[in-house]
Amino acid sequence: MEDIVQIKYALDTFYFLVCGALVMWMAAGFAMLEAGLVRAKNTTEILTKNVALYAIACTMYLLIGYHIMYSSPEGGIFPSFGVLIGAENTVEDVLAGGDDAPYYSVASDFFFQVVFVATAMSIVSGAVAERMKLFAFLVFAVIMTGFIYPIQGFWKWGGGFLNEAGFLDFAGSGVVHLTGATAALAGVLLLGARKGKYGSNGQISAIPGANLPLATLGMFILWLGWFGFNGGSQLVVSNISDANAVAQIFLNTNAAAAGGLIAGLVVARILFGKADLTMALNGALAGLVAITAEPLTPGGLQATLIGAVGGVIVVFSVLALDKLKIDDPVGAISVHGVVGIWGLLAVCLTNGDASLKAQLLGIVVIFLWVFIASLIVWSVIKLVMGLRVSEEEEYEGVDISECGMEAYPEFTSSKK
Amino acid sequence: MKLVTAVIKPFKLDDVREALSEIGVQGITVTEVKGFGRQKGHTELYRGAEYVVDFLPKVKIDVAIGDDMLDRVIESITKAANTGKIGDGKIFVVNLEQAIRIRTGETDTDAI
Repeated sequence: MEDIVQIKYALDTFYFLVCGALVMWMAAGFAMLEAGLVRAKNTTEILTKNVALYAIACTMYLLIGYHIMYSSPEGGIFPSFGVLIGAENTVEDVLAGGDDAPYYSVASDFFFQVVFVATAMSIVSGAVAERMKLFAFLVFAVIMTGFIYPIQGFWKWGGGFLNEAGFLDFAGSGVVHLTGATAALAGVLLLGARKGKYGSNGQISAIPGANLPLATLGMFILWLGWFGFNGGSQLVVSNISDANAVAQIFLNTNAAAAGGLIAGLVVARILFGKADLTMALNGALAGLVAITAEPLTPGGLQATLIGAVGGVIVVFSVLALDKLKIDDPVGAISVHGVVGIWGLLAVCLTNGDASLKAQLLGIVVIFLWVFIASLIVWSVIKLVMGLRVSEEEEYEGVDISECGMEAYPEFTSSKK
Repeated sequence: MKLVTAVIKPFKLDDVREALSEIGVQGITVTEVKGFGRQKGHTELYRGAEYVVDFLPKVKIDVAIGDDMLDRVIESITKAANTGKIGDGKIFVVNLEQAIRIRTGETDTDAI
């Protein structure tokens, strides 16, 4: 019996770590997606943002974020502050059994959670691409991953008041995706649109991305990573019912992405007359975001449809944000924010324990907290160091002005 | 002598080359070019927003010929490059003052 407990503990810890590694790989997905959808002259800078934000998220969450999220008072609103992660489980605690006995290692839990923080921050970088100062963005990343994300994460996953209220968010349509998108929205509102995006007489100009193969690769990497994102959130795999649940989650996650891609492709074809690859990519990601709040209770077909509705929503959301002159080069606010809200509401369709009231409460609380906190932080950064590069730097490309190097250099010489 | 310059749709290049060979044209020079005509390019959609493609890719063919060939050259280019749709291109003809074959020094109609 003792051996079985040991093996189960080892297996669940291993499963957690592998899923965490898959989610870590989503950082690569976001980097490629964003590098593909910006212009060539802004490639190095968007890649720098993506690698730096990942490292910042890991460091800040280790220092204070994890403690805020998982050591704050149960059912509470106000977090308690502390540093680093708690002590590892002892063998005796695990073998003692009972309901409270830990079934995976503390360090594996930290590792799984930290990659989610990085995901939320990655969402922001795409929306503010091509015009924001690199270090203004990184300063925001420090506050976002150290405080803004962990506090609302505590309210739900850390056992805070949203959790008590019955708000359901299985893998983070709200906690991760709506949070990232809301912080992005606050930033974009203060930052303004890219030069040349919106004309004085209301016309909207396209600014095509430089590298659609990279964007497509990024979408597939995210799709792959999402199996860890949703599948790992079951937390356990070492018994028959949990193993079945994990398999169902994989199936549903895949189905929703497929539904979203088809919907995005078809809706764009109907609206624009041609197949818009970028909308198909956004559609797949929208499907994934939509299923994230509840990837377990739907059947495969239901998951496909929930994803497909996400794929439809995302196309109209991208068009609507353009009408409002909210410039989001990669569609992050639509994919993760608007569709994240749809995903949270869709929980009520298949999960009998969900209540619309609690879902709405969760959406409103997360949105208001993240939006107001982000708006304040962005405003302070704007006052102190400025958010935006100069007009000339924007025209030349932020690769040169922020990083001093181009992604695809030509006419260079090694001679002095 | 005449210099015939034809701007045509790129996918018609092989047809035009064949048609010119058939009537005995000895050589042509081909350049990839971009330009616009009466339609002034066209617009495309990216994520629902329009952008203008100002210059469309075309192929430019230069053919140097004797005066007696002119009508047949114009006719075969016109026939081979015609699709009936906008953007089929144009043919320009100018007088050619001199032609010299570099290897032998032959001149004018002997050189083309």
